[in-house]
Amino acid sequence: MGKLLAIVLVVIAVLSAYPIVTHMFVLPEDISTHGRAIDQQLHDTMLEAGLSFVGAQIVLAVFVWGFTNRKEGSPLKSFPGGAKVAVIAAFVLVGTEVLALGVMGQKAWAQVYFTSPKPNALQVQVQAEQFAYYFRYAGPDGKFGLIHPDKIDEGNQNYFGLDPANEVEARDDIVSGELVVPVNREVQLLMHAKDVGHSFYVRELRLQQDFVPGLDLSLHFTATKIGKYEIVCTQLCGLGHYNMKAYLNVMSEADYEKWLKEQAAQ
Amino acid sequence: MQEASVQEAHVHAPPQGFLRKYVFSLDHKVIGKQYYALALAAVFTGMILSWLMRIHMVWPNAKIPLLELFSKNGAPGGVMTPEYYLSLLTMHGTLMVFFVLTNAPFAAFGNYFLPIQIGAEDMAFPRFNMMSFWTTFVAWVVLMLAFFIPDGPPIAGWTEYAPLSAVGKDAGPGMEWGASLWGISIAIFCVASLLGALNFIATTLDLRAKGMTLMRMPLCTWAWFITSCIALLAFAVLFPACILLILDRHAGTSFFIPGGLVISDRLQPHSGGSPLLWQHLFWFFGHPEVYIAILPSMGIVSHILVNSMRKPLLSARVVIYSMMSIGFLSYMVWGHHMFVSGMNPLSSLAFSFPTLTITIPATVLTLIWLGSLYGSNLQINSASLFALGFISMFVAGGVSGFFLAQPSIDIYLHATYFVVGHFHLVMGVASLFGVFAGTYFWFPKMTGRMMSEPLGKLHFWITFVGAYCIFMPFHYLGLIGNVRRYQSFVDDFMAPYMGWHKFVTIAALITGAGQLVFLYNLIYSRFRGKPATENPWNATSLEWSIPSPPPWNNFGGKHPIVYHDPYQYGVKGSKGDFVMQDSPEQVVAASGD
Amino acid sequence: MRTKQVVVVGLAMLVVAAAAKAGPPAGGTISGKVTYEGTPAKMKPIDMSKEPSCAKMYTTPPLAETVVTGAGNSLENVVVYISAGAPDDAVPSTAAVFTQKGCRYIPHVLAFQVNQEIKIQNEDQTSHNIHPLPKINREWNKSQPPGTPAISEKYDKAEIFPVKCNVHPWMHGNFAVLKNSHYVVTGDGGTFSLPNLPPGKYTVTAWHESYGDQSQEVTISGSEAKTITFVFKAKPY
Repeated sequence: MGKLLAIVLVVIAVLSAYPIVTHMFVLPEDISTHGRAIDQQLHDTMLEAGLSFVGAQIVLAVFVWGFTNRKEGSPLKSFPGGAKVAVIAAFVLVGTEVLALGVMGQKAWAQVYFTSPKPNALQVQVQAEQFAYYFRYAGPDGKFGLIHPDKIDEGNQNYFGLDPANEVEARDDIVSGELVVPVNREVQLLMHAKDVGHSFYVRELRLQQDFVPGLDLSLHFTATKIGKYEIVCTQLCGLGHYNMKAYLNVMSEADYEKWLKEQAAQ
Repeated sequence: MQEASVQEAHVHAPPQGFLRKYVFSLDHKVIGKQYYALALAAVFTGMILSWLMRIHMVWPNAKIPLLELFSKNGAPGGVMTPEYYLSLLTMHGTLMVFFVLTNAPFAAFGNYFLPIQIGAEDMAFPRFNMMSFWTTFVAWVVLMLAFFIPDGPPIAGWTEYAPLSAVGKDAGPGMEWGASLWGISIAIFCVASLLGALNFIATTLDLRAKGMTLMRMPLCTWAWFITSCIALLAFAVLFPACILLILDRHAGTSFFIPGGLVISDRLQPHSGGSPLLWQHLFWFFGHPEVYIAILPSMGIVSHILVNSMRKPLLSARVVIYSMMSIGFLSYMVWGHHMFVSGMNPLSSLAFSFPTLTITIPATVLTLIWLGSLYGSNLQINSASLFALGFISMFVAGGVSGFFLAQPSIDIYLHATYFVVGHFHLVMGVASLFGVFAGTYFWFPKMTGRMMSEPLGKLHFWITFVGAYCIFMPFHYLGLIGNVRRYQSFVDDFMAPYMGWHKFVTIAALITGAGQLVFLYNLIYSRFRGKPATENPWNATSLEWSIPSPPPWNNFGGKHPIVYHDPYQYGVKGSKGDFVMQDSPEQVVAASGD
Repeated sequence: MRTKQVVVVGLAMLVVAAAAKAGPPAGGTISGKVTYEGTPAKMKPIDMSKEPSCAKMYTTPPLAETVVTGAGNSLENVVVYISAGAPDDAVPSTAAVFTQKGCRYIPHVLAFQVNQEIKIQNEDQTSHNIHPLPKINREWNKSQPPGTPAISEKYDKAEIFPVKCNVHPWMHGNFAVLKNSHYVVTGDGGTFSLPNLPPGKYTVTAWHESYGDQSQEVTISGSEAKTITFVFKAKPY
């Protein structure tokens, strides 16, 4: 049975690697400016992890095959170098490799989190609530009206709790269920949670960030390809979590201006 | 430490009467078996919950028979509602992490074998020990009550993030009494675990037999000891966190709830709190907790492997130091659960380095196990199959950690099925393989009967192949961005992948059925298994020097004396291929002593 | 289309209510019209992009229904009912039906009696979570996956309160739980008629979800028809 285990181990290692090696599961296209570094990091890590995984399973298989059902009286041997080899191998091979990945990976992280948005970035406020996202544009006056939680009236589509009756800045704010942005222009999302924790995740943008009630968080990105992409919630927020989504609609600059005008007219 | 302290006369009288012998027993062996039985009940419940979840996920409109009888609100017409899916998910996680993975490898086997392996008559505090089991049992009952209240169990996941978990019923179904029962249950569980950890530590330090230096303790004893040290600090943080959560829910405090929240059209009467505070407190416990789940299995597997290989490990000392490093580093990494949580991104980078560093001791352990196999005389039986399977699964689950430890990659993989695959392989499979291995190995000692080998091997094959079929695909699904904790997949991009999910569901059902083989084997062998000798595995540690099952005071009133480390296999000039730990037979100093 | 349905349902309920009462119909009728003055807020189209299965059912997005106006400044979805002066009526045996279709509630305002059964059905392909928000009645909320049986509920205290869907934030409606069978929800044209009123002094109340409620006293002495109007002050925001 030891030999059977060895065979099964090798089969499992090969079958597990197969979908990766044959690219059966392809990352969605990258439409961001920072995603390339992340994809490269993923690729490098997959190489390291994949080789470690397959290598370990094969070594296990070889040793199980070779050292089960041994002839009566076969001598016991010790792995040359003993524990020292294991410790050194762990530190050198894995330790440096893995830490190198960590050091290299910082750059990708820094691109997302340690750069400031450009001064002319398009600011859009995103409100995450149970179970939808609503997006607010400042309108022609360039100012966002204040949010008044006690004035929220969803039946009237006042999701943000704006007070246009008393505040001029709020009157021209545009509220949309879709995140419409112009292509190749930096967008800064101002993230606001209305009720509980949520998250903003767009696979193609290689972007994910939680909304934290009580915290003003912001995220910035530039979308490089026109199209419609799904924004899904990845922080468990209640019964409708699975159905909490919106669309990121990346348009040409001209289409975006047209859309803005249509929204303002409503 | 050179010489252990002289064994105190830690005698208690032999137990009399049914209640004292089998129910409120002070005997660590009975308590160990009680923990095991509780873990068994919890794991079968948790497994059934996972079947229900998987069936619903791939056939969302299916009418599941009998489910409506169990919960009319949760499954009207037999069709599971979205909130009931989340309730089952929450209970699955809570039961498995707390009542199975903390109970079985640590509390059950540790309680039974730690005192025996160090040559003691019982734990240092037998009464505390009894209290800690029964307190755990009360915690379990409180948790299970959530199934039977009208609103059902909570829906916020086993992680119960605030403010969803803190505001009360406005957050959704199950978040009124369900969530409160959760908080109370876990708080009670913390108390029980703290008592247990204290007991293990005191026993290990104080009650070792003559000649049993710390370095001569078996590797599983070391694992239980290190785990207890981790548990003491970890549960000491979760306990107040649960109290604060309960206060927010019922006493109007706002530890975790900021102001201005509008939930269910109601402005919540709280202000000033921080949701991130809950996450920090929870994960400060939660990360060490996963090492509490795996370290005992590492020790058990090491212990069993040596016996199966008929040869000691390359270095027991290095294994011990690696386990200690893992325990120490486990306290520095909790932020890797929070890379995109909104905490300072510099903190995320800071947490990623110890997380990557913890790969080193884990790799040392793996290389030592692998290297020790070289040149051994490996015996295959159910116990050793699961021990070998543990190595395979631990590597499989561990390498996905390389990805998740890097914040830049975590941006993409956080909260996807990649994470679900990772933690199930290390916790749900590898750790459980340690429990299975321990069961097959120690059942003869605990009951005086052998388990059926053919059934054990069948159980191994179904579980080993089945677990890979279930959890390997999760990594691929995570790579394409399959989000977790969804009751069904309504997003456009998921449609092409439902075939994989169906495959996983079927694999899960088959693997689950395979566990019934294990259950049958346990029950049948308990009553009809072949009688076991004192040392059926020709093993060396102290538990194999006493009858199967042991008498109430373990060593029959005698005080064992230990002469060397417990891994004297393949010793030149010895009578068999092994020398028992309490045998004065001269041995060549083995490595690690 | 939808307003016609409301009127049909409203009239049908009146007929049923009238038929359910024992004895020959008594005399008077109070009827009239509900209008507004001032500028009402402009209703915005509902953005259903997050739920494509519902969004695709509309060629142009439907408007929100908090203020529905018609010709001659008429106001729809106003519950006009006898709040005092009439005895409580027996509970009708038929159920009032509330339908979730196209991710909206039909009717927008459902009026029914204390302890009368209401049946809530889901005709959409998505799961809805119906969450009525009463202040004095028992609060509950239930998910209704597609294809599951109708939810049957009842309320034992008179109250008018909002209903929302937890999953689709734009879905809002109202339940009006009333003590007697003399009620109607105004439809297109804003007219209402409360027939079969025995002689007595009555308080007629008109309730609108955005503009509040107003009451008037009307005395019926025989079988005459009395006409009253309600005028609500509209708000631009």
